Amino acid sequence: MPKYIVSLSAGIIFGLGLAVSQMINPQKVLAFLDISGRWDPSLLFVMVGGIAVFGSAYQLLGCRVQPIFSKDFSMPRSKKIQTRLIVGSAAFGVGWALVGFCPGPAISSLALGLTESLVFVASMFSGFILYNILPHSEPNQHTLTQ
Amino acid sequence: MAAEATMDTIQFTPYTALIGGALIGLSATLLFYFNGQLAGVSGIASGLIDRDVDKVIWRLLFLIGLVVGALVYQAFMPEAANIAVTDSIPILVAGGLLVGFSTRMANGCTSGHGICGISLISLPSFVATACFLSSAIITVWIVRHGWGS
Repeated sequence: MPKYIVSLSAGIIFGLGLAVSQMINPQKVLAFLDISGRWDPSLLFVMVGGIAVFGSAYQLLGCRVQPIFSKDFSMPRSKKIQTRLIVGSAAFGVGWALVGFCPGPAISSLALGLTESLVFVASMFSGFILYNILPHSEPNQHTLTQ
Repeated sequence: MAAEATMDTIQFTPYTALIGGALIGLSATLLFYFNGQLAGVSGIASGLIDRDVDKVIWRLLFLIGLVVGALVYQAFMPEAANIAVTDSIPILVAGGLLVGFSTRMANGCTSGHGICGISLISLPSFVATACFLSSAIITVWIVRHGWGS
């Protein structure tokens, strides 16, 4: 039960962060990605802020402590640079740039009640399912990583 | 695109971006040191389909939180609801499918690789972030400036 309260709280704080930083607004995201127009570097500061907090915590504690409500940390197994990482990330960037939504902000934006968000999120979940039902040459580690 | 029409309203907002980013970092820290989980949204969302009920519940609660957080902010700042999303259904569907499929292939998205992975100094996450940032910048350039606009 305490674990679930942390999940919900962490989700709320994350959603607040997306709204405060305007990551939730595709127009803001596209202005960040459009470096040849009137470039708005604001969203770079979102990454900096996030990494400053979580990165510092990790530098301080690492994995030397045990998570309070769990036996161990759930970490990605692979440290290798695989083709699917490069191809997948590059393709993700194209999808992100087409609309201006990445997964977190898309889900958060459901709060605004726009049909557009609903269509995007439904398509995104279809994409998750499509990837999972297609046969893979490499083992799928989706449940254990992140 | 709808975003084009309102370009004039775009402004540089480093402080709110930094505060918002710090909140995301705080969320990732809580989830990691309390529950042992990484705050990668694509992994959490795609993991909703799982035989383990416990995993489904914590993931669902986190995702509900994402929506609640935006609702709370909107309650205090009603103007935050003014966002511009393309109204083209084919682009929304193509973008959504591509984002869903490829974040599974890459095992992470902006949050999982861009914030969590880089915080953990994971080499694959640096590579992933470089890949999606460059392909996104190139795509926006082609869409906005590349063909006859």
